[in-house]
Amino acid sequence: MAHDRDRNVEDLHLENLTKMFGDVAAVDNLTLTIPAGSFFALLGASGCGKTTTLRMVAGLDDPTSGRISIGDNDITSLRAFQRPVNTVFQSYALFPHLDIFENVAFGLRRRGVKDVEPAVNAMLELVELAPMARRKPNQLSGGQQQRVAVARALINEPDVLLLDEPLGALDLKLRRQMQIELKRIQTEVGTTFVHVTHDQEEAMTMADTIAVMNAGRIEQLGDPASIYELPKTVFVANFLGQSNLFAGTRVASDSNMIEVMANGIKFLVPVERNSAPSDEIIVGIRPEKVTVLDLPDREKIPIGNNTLEGTVVDVSYAGVSTQYLITLPWGQDITVFEQNVIVGDRSSVGDRVLVHWAPEHTFGLAGGETLLATTAQAMAKGA
Amino acid sequence: MVAVLPSTGTTSGVVAQRKSRTGYFLLIPGMTWLAIFFAIPFVTLFLTSLQAPVEGQSGQYVPAFQISNYSDALTEYWPQFLRSFVYAGIATALALLIAYPLAYFIAFKAGRWRALMLVLVIAPSFASFLLRTYAWKTILSDEGFITSFFNYLHLLPDDRILNTGIAVIAGLTYNFLPFMILPLYAALERIDPRLMEASNDLYASAFTTFRRITWPLSLPGVVAGTLLTFIPATGDYINAALLGSTQDRMIGNVIQTNFIQFRDYPTASALSFVLMLAILSLVFIYIRRAGTEDLV
Repeated sequence: MAHDRDRNVEDLHLENLTKMFGDVAAVDNLTLTIPAGSFFALLGASGCGKTTTLRMVAGLDDPTSGRISIGDNDITSLRAFQRPVNTVFQSYALFPHLDIFENVAFGLRRRGVKDVEPAVNAMLELVELAPMARRKPNQLSGGQQQRVAVARALINEPDVLLLDEPLGALDLKLRRQMQIELKRIQTEVGTTFVHVTHDQEEAMTMADTIAVMNAGRIEQLGDPASIYELPKTVFVANFLGQSNLFAGTRVASDSNMIEVMANGIKFLVPVERNSAPSDEIIVGIRPEKVTVLDLPDREKIPIGNNTLEGTVVDVSYAGVSTQYLITLPWGQDITVFEQNVIVGDRSSVGDRVLVHWAPEHTFGLAGGETLLATTAQAMAKGA
Repeated sequence: MVAVLPSTGTTSGVVAQRKSRTGYFLLIPGMTWLAIFFAIPFVTLFLTSLQAPVEGQSGQYVPAFQISNYSDALTEYWPQFLRSFVYAGIATALALLIAYPLAYFIAFKAGRWRALMLVLVIAPSFASFLLRTYAWKTILSDEGFITSFFNYLHLLPDDRILNTGIAVIAGLTYNFLPFMILPLYAALERIDPRLMEASNDLYASAFTTFRRITWPLSLPGVVAGTLLTFIPATGDYINAALLGSTQDRMIGNVIQTNFIQFRDYPTASALSFVLMLAILSLVFIYIRRAGTEDLV
């Protein structure tokens, strides 16, 4: 694949972007910069505004207000066919009456490129479909069609490639394969990829940067690890992986740790891992950070660890890990994932156990009204 | 493995056999219908077309092999033949021009009005074909608004519309329009609007998108619609009889008069046969040219 592009690819800027459908803001005053050359994921449940955002960048929907620009080049008022942006559509939208070669050549031909053959062949080579050039789209498998869709968009060397749930129609195994494939292609061509998905695992494996969207706004932005390790809102804590959350109140704090009292238990939360502005703090912990111990082993717990006592109500063995559901004295359940590295007995249903975790893994979230609203949304997504 | 395989093979073989037999059973009603109402009349028609008249007895014919029936019929009636194809061709082209934008609108822009608009397309069929054609007599009458309007603009060569070829073509266009709209709509409605978005995204303007994506994908509908309009329009005689003068007679009128008034069955049969062959070969050439054999 020849990369003779001289122009510098520039950042994509969205400024105060809003899209109203009637009275509902599908996208609500969104401001975002997507760095050139990055693999950027817009992650959210259906109806969160991620696809609308993508369509506005593509020029397929007009924003109600706001500005879209690439570098200093304002593209807000450009029509879709005038923008230096190409899209990989959900379910691909390959032209059924054209063969693979002509599908891929379509954009070049529209721009009056005389000799499309070398570029098309190189692109088909990149997506490993050269032998399929003269087939029709319906003669290809789902994964192959997906690669044609990518090739058809990428051949135009867009400043930004938009991918709308590109792997949604594929089965699990093929999806994994295509995730790696897409990542490889992105690394190879260096184009900015903006990837819309509702699949948090897909977003985490592929993207350098994830923006978690909810109700037309961005809840949190960052690289996959930092978002996962330190969610800033209840929505993110529940949407990206699972979290155990305990609503409480700040009772004391020093320069390092905040002491939160929740359900009569004291939790330690590091100051720099707390994003609650008030004294209403929700204490959160990821299930795999928690360790389960039998009651007599209490002295094994390191000093300062957050510790709870409860009864095992469910044990499910899932190969790499075992998932425990433990009911705490006030009726709430805590989920624990334990790596299956220990030889010997596991706790079983009905056992009284201790669970504990290091304060460094704990995070603090804003409590109050937001808890109810966002947990309801997260529950709806889970259902 | 070896022991199991043959037995499964036989079972599935029996099932397959039974399935294929079911297929033939399903064909029986249709085939019977075709045999009684198409194959037998077809043979009768062909035999009649070769019959010779009985001397001195008008309307009486005996079986013969009189090929000259064909050459006589064609020599005498070729202008009506030609006129039929010209009128039907113009009517089909006009119907396509009217129907395509309408079908496009219903398929892509009508939204919740779609069902209502489709009903409106079919609604005229609730009144009889004959009645509707009579209505056109009034619409196009010499005193009517339309004729006056075109006369005011001095656009009519004979200062009238009724009893001219224009009226016949207008009638044909009107009467067969739904047969153009419905297949076009069906073809357009099947097109995924995302294909147009994709084309738009790939630097094609609205016009280029229509030319490169929408039009080629709607071709099956265009072919079906033009055939469903052209074939019955070519053989039609009601429009020419009611809206045209004796100078505008089409082949359908000739066949009708030969059968019913002159009782010249061999000539009428020969004409019917030629018409059928002519339409068949035109359709064949058309489908070959359109390159959509597999789609029709």
